Amino acid sequence: MPQTLVSLEATAKVSSPCEQFTQAFRWMLFGRLLDEKFATLYRGGKIHGGVFLGRGQEAVSVSVGMSLRKGDVFAPLIRDLSGRLAFGEPILDAVRTYFGSSLGPMRGRDGNVHRGRPKEGLVPMISHLGAMIPVVNGMLMARRFQKREGVGATCIGEGGTSTGAFHEALNQAAVEKLPLILVVANNQYAYSTPSSRQFACDDLIDKAIGYGVDGHAVDGTDLTACLKVIGGAVENARNGAGPQLIIAKLLRLCGHGEHDDAHYIDPKLKKSTLGRDCLKVAEEQLVKQNWADSDLIDRWRDEFHQKIEEAVALVQREPGPDPFKENWQAISSTHLVEMHNGI
Amino acid sequence: MSITYLEAIREAQAKALADDPRVFIYGQDVGSFGGAFKATKNLAQEFPGRVIDAPISEDAMIGSAVGAAIEGMRPIIEIQFADFSTVGLNQIINNAASLFWRTNVSCPITIRLPSGGTSGSGPFHSQNMEALYAHYPGLIVMTPGTVEDAYSMLLEAVAIDDPVIFCEHKYLYYHLKAEKLPSEAMPVGKARIARPGRDLTIVTYSAMLHEALAVAEELATEGTEIEVVDLRSVKPLDTDTVIASVARTGKLLCVGETFPFGGVTAEVIARVATEAFDLLDVAPQRLNAKDTPVPFHPNLWAAHRPTARSIMSAVRNLLQN
Repeated sequence: MPQTLVSLEATAKVSSPCEQFTQAFRWMLFGRLLDEKFATLYRGGKIHGGVFLGRGQEAVSVSVGMSLRKGDVFAPLIRDLSGRLAFGEPILDAVRTYFGSSLGPMRGRDGNVHRGRPKEGLVPMISHLGAMIPVVNGMLMARRFQKREGVGATCIGEGGTSTGAFHEALNQAAVEKLPLILVVANNQYAYSTPSSRQFACDDLIDKAIGYGVDGHAVDGTDLTACLKVIGGAVENARNGAGPQLIIAKLLRLCGHGEHDDAHYIDPKLKKSTLGRDCLKVAEEQLVKQNWADSDLIDRWRDEFHQKIEEAVALVQREPGPDPFKENWQAISSTHLVEMHNGI
Repeated sequence: MSITYLEAIREAQAKALADDPRVFIYGQDVGSFGGAFKATKNLAQEFPGRVIDAPISEDAMIGSAVGAAIEGMRPIIEIQFADFSTVGLNQIINNAASLFWRTNVSCPITIRLPSGGTSGSGPFHSQNMEALYAHYPGLIVMTPGTVEDAYSMLLEAVAIDDPVIFCEHKYLYYHLKAEKLPSEAMPVGKARIARPGRDLTIVTYSAMLHEALAVAEELATEGTEIEVVDLRSVKPLDTDTVIASVARTGKLLCVGETFPFGGVTAEVIARVATEAFDLLDVAPQRLNAKDTPVPFHPNLWAAHRPTARSIMSAVRNLLQN
């Protein structure tokens, strides 16, 4: 298992708008294709547990991942494969965790979207929404004690804004003036619940003022806008402006998970600008700007397909966890492990 | 000169802060005010920037402790009353307790829970949470019953690389005194024979230790020798010391201050019954609080939890068998 977040592309310095947009598009495309592979494997019964896709949220996610640097903190949520890749998560971490490979970072003890490398700033989510926000806060508080730099970003959906954890943590970050970037993808549905049953304010961005933090609204289907707004918010946090709340509006272009046919999604929303596919929008813009043509984009697609197939082929040959070799030890202090474990 | 249980907790935190730059304290009113019980008195002044007032947000407090621990800090979280830790329950049992298992990254946090009943405190300022937290894998649960243990075990809690739930008993804060702080300590995870005896074993911990010792003292005047085992930590639970005591006495009474269902007394009796049934002369017994919320009025409160009197009664019943 590689011991670091390895992607060279992810840490490469991008400067010009063309380079930045092109790089972002490539991560979006890579994330979309890898997501689709996971969905296919799920339908083929090859994956244990659920598969949750980032379809329609790639522009937001990638903008978070690309705006962060090595040494920053990123706590992604379930629809952030593109952002993870852009932040530097090796594709093998993703594939190994979906397959439960014992060589992956979670070693079969946790799976699928619940993966990360906490010591390298990539924090593995638990399922309870809002719960990762204070963890990022604490990582930033630690850095302040240690006089280390860096910002922390985490993602959530509009449904997660209804949790007590979200409220407590955003308030905590504001009180402590932490460099937290809290990105809310308002994808209109929390599982099947429409946002009208989730909150009553006109717009989630209105919450920023209540918490005393900067708020930024962005069209989550527009990669250019996402890179600018999210990147700007990250820079604000880096420059000492305190917590940044971003509300990105978009539509989830899939079910909650691959078990869900999403029949409840309002067709009118699908036809609205919210329902645009951010990947298509970005591709059109790429071509329009003459930054890439369809041949080049096809070559990228082939390149990513090949990487994905190679990773899947490799991981499918790797061993799963062995219950007889598992130490079944939940604490690190070996001398304090109960001898009565398992009675 | 003497030092109280509460002062020992304050001194342990002062030492932890002085000895280890990774330690900080975070909790409601812990800063210049010195804490609701004064367990952090003057620490904010002595250690500027390292004893921090938190908003009333137990979930965020504990979640941020997990994050700080990931980054190499050793936070001590003071929950104002143990009862309020349920607001942060999710962070304790799902984030803190699962982190090492899931990621191989340890989570050295100490969560101090001012626990247990004092007269008039009512249902929401009197609870004991040790059974709840001991249920979840990934946590260490300490229940010191002496001034010396309050001091040395809190230092140990900070040093341990895992999340520690430190149940400090409010009733003992001012009542319990020692001549001086200990210079050496028993290892965490080992129970202590608080009083040796040959006729019956009482297994207990925290404030109930002193009720049990009072009973043993009284019965000694009648020539009955009660052995009192202080568990010190309920997770890990030192089954060996318990069983060794039962081997000597053949009779077991387990006393806990909190509710009867599940819990520490049930666990102890289950272990003795499954692993050392042949050592028992009579059926083991347990004594707990009643299965209701903790009552407010002193008349009800005194009858709700075990006392020296009710322990005495249980002991006599067992001895008659």
